Amino acid sequence: MTQSANPAPPRADVHHLLGHPSDLRGHVETHGPLNVALSRDSSWRESLASSLEASGLTGRGGGGFPAAAKVALARSAGSGGTVIVNAMEGEPASDKDKLLLTRAPHLVLDGAQYLAALCRADRIVVCVPTGRDAIAAAVTNAIGERVAHGYARASEEVVRPPDRFIAGEESALTNWLESGRSLPVFRADKGTPLRLGRRPVLLHNTETLAHVALIARHGPGPFRSRGMTEEPGTCLVTISGSVAHPGVVEVDRGTPLSSIAARANPVEPVQGLLVGGYGGTWVGPDHFETPYASLSLRTIGAAAGVGVIVALGQTCCGVAESARVARYLADQGAGQCGPCAYGLPAIADDLALLARGQANGNILAQLQRRLRAVNGRGACRHPDGAVSMVQSALVVFAADIAAHSRGEPCPYSRRPTVLAFPRPIGL
Amino acid sequence: MNSTYLWYSTRTSGIVALILLTVTMVLGLATTGRARARGWPGFAQQELHRRISMMAVVFLAIHVITSVLDTYVHIGWFAVVVPFASPYSRFWVGLGAIALDLMLAVFVSSLLRARLKPGTWRGIHWLAYGSWPIALAHTYGLGTDSREHWVIMLGAVCVLSVGLALIWRLNSTSKRRGMLPSTVPDAVLVSRRYEREHEGRSA
Amino acid sequence: MSGLRITIDPVACEAYGYCSEILPEAISLDEWGYPMIDDRPLPAELVALAKRAVRDCPRRAITLRKTRIG
Repeated sequence: MTQSANPAPPRADVHHLLGHPSDLRGHVETHGPLNVALSRDSSWRESLASSLEASGLTGRGGGGFPAAAKVALARSAGSGGTVIVNAMEGEPASDKDKLLLTRAPHLVLDGAQYLAALCRADRIVVCVPTGRDAIAAAVTNAIGERVAHGYARASEEVVRPPDRFIAGEESALTNWLESGRSLPVFRADKGTPLRLGRRPVLLHNTETLAHVALIARHGPGPFRSRGMTEEPGTCLVTISGSVAHPGVVEVDRGTPLSSIAARANPVEPVQGLLVGGYGGTWVGPDHFETPYASLSLRTIGAAAGVGVIVALGQTCCGVAESARVARYLADQGAGQCGPCAYGLPAIADDLALLARGQANGNILAQLQRRLRAVNGRGACRHPDGAVSMVQSALVVFAADIAAHSRGEPCPYSRRPTVLAFPRPIGL
Repeated sequence: MNSTYLWYSTRTSGIVALILLTVTMVLGLATTGRARARGWPGFAQQELHRRISMMAVVFLAIHVITSVLDTYVHIGWFAVVVPFASPYSRFWVGLGAIALDLMLAVFVSSLLRARLKPGTWRGIHWLAYGSWPIALAHTYGLGTDSREHWVIMLGAVCVLSVGLALIWRLNSTSKRRGMLPSTVPDAVLVSRRYEREHEGRSA
Repeated sequence: MSGLRITIDPVACEAYGYCSEILPEAISLDEWGYPMIDDRPLPAELVALAKRAVRDCPRRAITLRKTRIG
């Protein structure tokens, strides 16, 4: 299922993530050695920090936070910390991190090394979920190559947190490293830096680090020359759903949604695109030309999220598929916070009734009330994502929802799902 | 002071302290089990529990002070807090000292609650569950009045009330307000809520 | 206005509901018994009750924080 849809051979001066050699020798031949300065060289650090800032790189793991700002926060928290490579990719519809770690692990690890040097962190921890042994093996292999050649500065290791959606959430991952419990931590002030014990933590998504590695070597120029001025660079998007060639593509930031979806060859006209992941937003045909960039997406109430676009064809049922996603998200919560632990299953139940055409007249009002009640009341943003997915579904599939709530489900509501789930989701 | 007055005061205040401790236990079990008396807000129930426990401490203080001041039998301040240090009825008085120590720990930790981590306070509070049966054993083991019918009846009522409250409390966790979530998460995730709600059900 | 706002730690909260009994003007309960706070800043006359609610919560889930200016 996972394939790179990048047809042309890569050019050295153009910023791109896919198509690089995956072994250490090829990596060094293409990119040169890891030019990380000795610990006392502060001018190198400042130069790297300003390159990152000038590049305008934002996090590719869902937050979209400027990478330079996150790094500055971690730097201010002291030395001796840890760089965490978030390779959890809990999103079932996402494959980009998988791809990067098997095809270009050295890029990712180099990115972590640059940031470790910048923040004076002394170790790098790559988090790959249990069960994904092929990926863990690829990374371990790459680390082995680096150790054998004395290539890297900070120590690198792979750890295996549990394979659950919530386990990839920032605070849950840090909490797991600290206490073995994969549970998000409530932070009243989200600006406080994450910590492991007393040491600071810099946590970044796999893809973000790959970009960092290239920016550190070639400066911000090549990155900025792609994408939009307000939102530069490239990003990886996994396309799935009613498409003939699902997979991961690398696109310039700001490419219209429809162009991205087209690269996977939809099998029929598309009635909706789920953008940003299962906790993202449905986008209707009116907005298919929206550029894939945070600012533009925000104007239609969406966000780039974790680099996922799911195309829903005409002969699918938006209500049923949304109901399945809602059920999946409800099952994947940590169970710590009442509104999420009780609210998401209740919302999933309402949607399931709607999908089966068994709903009574009050269900839409009840659903809206529950969505408002659950939003923002968890320790993490898991419930917010579920709410945003459902609220956008109510808008994009409004006609279908109306029919279902009258007890007239569409003919497609019983067809098998076109979405990916780790285990079958019953309706 | 007349030894007889001290002696009667000790016994009376001891019985009263035991009753108050029993009521405290029942209220405590009811509060965490989310019992709701009609017209009574939950925070008032909790306040009642706190105040009755403070009254129990007052009567306990009277009980302890009068028993030490009474020179008819020698107990001494040391034996009040250090178990099994009393020359008089070493074992049963010792049990009393243990019960007192536990209650003192709960009392002091509650005063300092704002400064303790929530887990620490709760852990110490659990000691209260230990102090009640030990206090009961101390009362009946010492034997002063324990052959009297009314005292035996009283003991039976205390045991019955706490027993019933305990059974009710253990049962009530499964009837928590709200819908139960539709799946139980993996064993690797430790969530307090799930631990309590799915007691006995394997994850 | 008091410059204070109520914050609930959703992980610690276990739906005892005392806070909404003490301060119904600012805290109501959702259908599952969990507190929903009014987002508006706390009026000065409710601060004493809010502090009572903070003290009485069996799980220390509710706190008062200063609102950030600007």
